[in-house]
Amino acid sequence: MSLIEIEDVVGGYGGAPILNGVNIAIEQSDIGVIVGPNGAGKSTTLKAIFGLIKVSSGSIRFAGEEITNSLPDKLVPKGLSFVPQEKNVFTSMSVEENLEMGAFTRKDDFSTTLDWVYDMFPPLLEKRHQKAGELSGGQRQMVAMGRALMSQPRLLMLDEPSAGLSPRYVLEIFEQIVKVNKAGVGILMVEQNARQALALASKGFVLANGQNRFTGTGAELIADPDVARSFLGGEAKR
Amino acid sequence: MNEFIFFFNNVLISGVVLGSIYAVGAIGVTLIFGILRFAHFAHGDMMTMGGFIAFLLAAACAALGIVAPVPTGFLVLPIAMVIAAIIALGIDKGFYAPLRKRGAKPVTLLIASIGVTLIIQGLIRLFFGSGSYSFFATEIKQLIRIPVPLPDVTRTINFTQPQLLMVVCTVIVVLALHFFLTRTRLGKAMRAMADNADLAQVSGINTKLVVRVTWIIAGALACMAGTMLALDVSLKPDLAFNIVLPIFAAAIVGGLGQAYGAIAGGFLIGFAETLAIFNWAILLRPFKDFVPFALPTDLAVVPTEYKLTVAFVILVIVLLWRPTGIFKGAST
Repeated sequence: MSLIEIEDVVGGYGGAPILNGVNIAIEQSDIGVIVGPNGAGKSTTLKAIFGLIKVSSGSIRFAGEEITNSLPDKLVPKGLSFVPQEKNVFTSMSVEENLEMGAFTRKDDFSTTLDWVYDMFPPLLEKRHQKAGELSGGQRQMVAMGRALMSQPRLLMLDEPSAGLSPRYVLEIFEQIVKVNKAGVGILMVEQNARQALALASKGFVLANGQNRFTGTGAELIADPDVARSFLGGEAKR
Repeated sequence: MNEFIFFFNNVLISGVVLGSIYAVGAIGVTLIFGILRFAHFAHGDMMTMGGFIAFLLAAACAALGIVAPVPTGFLVLPIAMVIAAIIALGIDKGFYAPLRKRGAKPVTLLIASIGVTLIIQGLIRLFFGSGSYSFFATEIKQLIRIPVPLPDVTRTINFTQPQLLMVVCTVIVVLALHFFLTRTRLGKAMRAMADNADLAQVSGINTKLVVRVTWIIAGALACMAGTMLALDVSLKPDLAFNIVLPIFAAAIVGGLGQAYGAIAGGFLIGFAETLAIFNWAILLRPFKDFVPFALPTDLAVVPTEYKLTVAFVILVIVLLWRPTGIFKGAST
């Protein structure tokens, strides 16, 4: 039994389905990366898991429990967390308040988790009383990830965490994602920087037209000439 | 000096009182806008309704022979606020929640709120007619006069006991609201939802709970503002109809969705109104021997009947300078 199992999920925003049978399985030790062309249903897959769009058929199980079409306020306490691609911080609130909001569903004392997040993202500690809207793109991404980690998730889902960041920050964010994973949090992320992200991935999924096209370890997918030609912009070694 | 004290009584004291009423009313408008993204036009009538609830409770107290050192209106205010909060929750559940569930646009909710306005006004007229009522039909409105220890001063600083209590209540409410929004889990969640409702949902914040708390606060504060207004002037079914516009102006001037903005906007508009209808000729009277022409008897910026326009002039000026209000509120 995997931590999360997505089986033949079909769903969309109400019109024609965007997902036409997606299959994904991830362990808590994994970094899973979903890549694919625009409109393939990558972000939609994450939203379907998180109950933000309607799943019309198929099933989603988290730690063996059926969670298809459950809403976020039920999923967060179960150990799922989601970082949207855009508008992923509360701009008018301080960094620390942003993190506290991530712990909203927790009734226990979350101060050790707060310390852990500051430990993971040291720049946030010195800026903790600053408004999140005043931070740089890379730091905002840290706030967003930190917020999602405050609920002590077992699976962290990230929608294009490197979008809009300068190459230096992209590398830094990827390093932090690996660090979070090493701390025992499963990762499932969607990425445009496909080659770079697959290099970190223990599981990779190539989606096209709302369906799995290729599935394998990150290294396998990078090495696969078909994948490289169609989805990674040419074969490895330019 | 006498003229200055007249100015103090008529502009500063009246401004603080009017500003308090506007501020307490505007907080509700701005919180509802921040959380639910629509202009709640029935807010003025929720204020009137709150005033009538307090009036009924005060009448019940009088009938039971309960006497207190404060006007009965203030004594019953906490109970009236609780009742008004429950009614506000009921109004949301009955009218707005079903529309939200169907994904109605803010404009639809706004129109629905105009419907709610008409319903509340109709109900009030049904039970109370269209006459006006006073909290002080049986009680006396105590006037407080503070003599000014300066030579040649005959005027005293005047205000009524209800006015003093009103300002005290407003200060308490503002401090309590500040504490709630910055120190409590639910208050912060409310700010988070006003900031970014989608992210609040993704964070696992119970958005339905936040909506309920918003109506509780807005309903209770509307009741308080309405009761204060009724205690200061008198209670009429169309009481709040005339005040809903300056209250919206206050909320917009402060920045929609910003609680502190609503407070600032409320006082700004309150003072602007009292300054605009003040007869400035009185302040010039001591200098009448030094000016080569006869002073006009009335030098108010606008006649009292037109004081409503002041709110809009302020609104236009502020929005030209800061298009989303003083505290940078939501623009949509």
